[in-house]
Amino acid sequence: MSATTFVAVTTARSGTLRRFASQEALLAVAVIGLAIVVGFINPRFLAARNLSDLLLGNAYIAVAAVGMSMVIVSGNIDISVGALIGVLATLSGSMAVAGIPIALCWLTPLIFGVAVMAAQGAVVAYLRIPAIVVTLGMMSILKGGLISVTGGKWITDLPQKFHLADLNLFGAPMPVVIMVVATVLAALWMRYSAAGRAIYATGGNAEAARLCGVNPRRTVVMVFALHGLFAGLAALVYATQLRVIQSTTPAGLELTVITASVVGGVSILGGVGTVVGSTLAAILIAEITSALVFINVSPYWTDAVRGALILATVIADIVRRQRRAARAWKR
Amino acid sequence: MKPVRRMPRWLARHETLLAAILAIALIVLGAFAQVFLTPDNLLNQGRLMTEIGLIALPMTFIIITGGIDLSVGAIVGLCAIMLGYSWNTFGFPLPLAILFALGVGALAGFMNGLIITRLKVPPLIMTIATLALYRGLAEGVSQAHSVRGYPDWFYVLGQGSVFGVPTQLLILIILIVVAGVALDRTTFGRTLYAIGANETAARFSALPVDRTKLIIYTLSGLASGLAAFVLVSRVTTTRMDMGMGYELDVIAAVVLGGTSIFGGSGTIWGTVIGLVMIQLLKNGLALTGVKGDATIVVIGVALILSVLIASSLQRRRE
Repeated sequence: MSATTFVAVTTARSGTLRRFASQEALLAVAVIGLAIVVGFINPRFLAARNLSDLLLGNAYIAVAAVGMSMVIVSGNIDISVGALIGVLATLSGSMAVAGIPIALCWLTPLIFGVAVMAAQGAVVAYLRIPAIVVTLGMMSILKGGLISVTGGKWITDLPQKFHLADLNLFGAPMPVVIMVVATVLAALWMRYSAAGRAIYATGGNAEAARLCGVNPRRTVVMVFALHGLFAGLAALVYATQLRVIQSTTPAGLELTVITASVVGGVSILGGVGTVVGSTLAAILIAEITSALVFINVSPYWTDAVRGALILATVIADIVRRQRRAARAWKR
Repeated sequence: MKPVRRMPRWLARHETLLAAILAIALIVLGAFAQVFLTPDNLLNQGRLMTEIGLIALPMTFIIITGGIDLSVGAIVGLCAIMLGYSWNTFGFPLPLAILFALGVGALAGFMNGLIITRLKVPPLIMTIATLALYRGLAEGVSQAHSVRGYPDWFYVLGQGSVFGVPTQLLILIILIVVAGVALDRTTFGRTLYAIGANETAARFSALPVDRTKLIIYTLSGLASGLAAFVLVSRVTTTRMDMGMGYELDVIAAVVLGGTSIFGGSGTIWGTVIGLVMIQLLKNGLALTGVKGDATIVVIGVALILSVLIASSLQRRRE
C-alpha cells in the first residue's frame, strides 16, 4: 500500500504540468463543444441573455467549489456546505431587512462561514474524527436549525443596496468578477505558496508531509477555514442575487459543489487537482443543465445526468491512477 | 505495579452504557409526557423506526468492515418509484412490482459493491456518486409524479398488525436476530471484523474479502428496497423524494450503537439500542413540544458526540 502511494506521488510530480493542461483543456473544449452542438440543435441556447444568465446564476457554485476543491485535495470531504450556504444567505438577508448597515450584512456570512468551517476542521484534525461524520452531523444541525429558527419563512423586501450581485465592476457583472478573482487567486496561491503546497502534501501523504516539516493538522484547519471563507462568499453572491430568499437550504447543493470539484479533476484520493478545473466544471454542469432544457429533455433528468457524470469521472480518475502506478511499478 | 481495580468487562461495554442512558431517558421522558410510556405509543414508534432499522442492519456490517454506504436513502427513493411505476405504468401485477423493486434495490447495492471491490473506489466517494445517480434516476423516471391507490392487501405490511404488534416490526425483529447471529456466530460475520481490523491481513489469511464486501453492499441495497416497500405500504403513496436523509438516521443509529466508524468493532445489539434511542428521542422531543425539524439537529449532535466520546474512550484505553 505505502509503496504504491509513494510511486503514485513521484509520478504525479513528473507529469504535473502535462496533466494540469490536459484536464483543464479537456473541460474548456467540453464547455465550448457542448455550446456549439446544442446551439446547432436550438440556436436560442446561444442567445447572449441565456449564456449570461447561465454564468451569473451558477457563479456561486463555482466559488463554493474552489473551497471544496481545497478540502478534497487535503484528503477530506465536506457535505455540510450546502446547508451552510443556506444558513449564511438567510442570515445575511435577515440582517439587511432588519436595517443593519449593508457592509456588515456582506461581511457577516464570511466571518460565520470561516468560524463554522474552522471549528469543523479542528474537530477533524485534532480529535481525529473522520470529516464525513463531522460534516454529516453539522449538515443536519444547520439544516434543522435553520428551519426551526425561521420556520421556512421567506425573506422579502430586501433593501436595494443589498444586491451586491447586481453591481458591475469594469463593465463585468459582480458574480462573474468574484468567481474569476476567487479562482485565479486561489489557483496561484495553491500553486506557488508554501501553505498552498502543504495542502497537496497533506492530501498526498500526511505522514510524509509531517516528516518534511509540514504540520498536517494545522493545514487541515486552515483548509477548512478557507473553505468557510469561500462558502461565505458563495452565500453572499447567492443571497444578493435573489429578490426573495427562501430560508431553507438549497436541495442537493453540496452534491453539485462536490461534483464540480471532482469533475474538475480534483482527485478524490487527495493530493491532486486545481481550482481552475473545478470552476470550468461548475460552468460545464450549469451548461448541461441548461442544455437539457433547450434540447427538450425534462429537467427532472438533470440530477441523473449529474450523477452519471460524477460516477464516470470518479471511475476514470481511479483507473487512470492505477494504470500510472502500474506503469511506474514496472519501470 | 499496583493491582488496579477494574470494572467488570460487561459493565464497561458501550452497549451497557447505552442501555443505561436509554433507561434514564425513558424514565425522564415518561415523567414529562404522560402518553410516552403507553404500549400504544411504544408500538407505534416501533412501526415508525422499522425502515431505518432494516437498513441499519447491513449498514452495521458495512461500517464494521471500515466502509460506508451513503446511497441508502437514494436507493429507498429509487425502489419506491420502481415499485409504484412498474405497477402503475408498466402494468406489472403488484406482487411482481414488489419483487422488481427489491431486485432494483439489490442491483443498486450490487453496483456499489462491484465498483468498490473491482476498481478500488473508496466507498465514501462511490456512494456519494451513486447517491446523486440513484436519486436522479428516481426523479427522472417518475418525472416527480406520485403514485397512489394501491389495493387494500398492500397496506397490511405497513399498517396492519399481528397479535397487536405492527407487522413490519415483527419482520424487523426476525431480521435483527438473523443479522445478530450471522455477525456473531458465522464465518461470514467474523470475516467482517477481520476485514475491518486489517484488510491486508484478512486477504493474506485467504478470507474472501471482495466477495464478502460485495455481499454486504448488495444486502444494503436489498434492505433499502425492503424499507421502500414498507414505507410505501405505511404512507400509502410513492414519491421520488422518499428516504431523503435516511443515511443520516441510519449511520447515526449504527455509530451511536458503538460500532466504530474506523471499522473492526461493533454489534447488532448496539445498533438496535442506538436505533431505539434515536426513535424515542425523536418521539419524546415531539411529545414535549419540540418541532420535527429541531429533532434532526439533535440527531446531528448525537452523531458527532457519540463518535467523539467513543474515540476519546478508545484513546484512553490505548
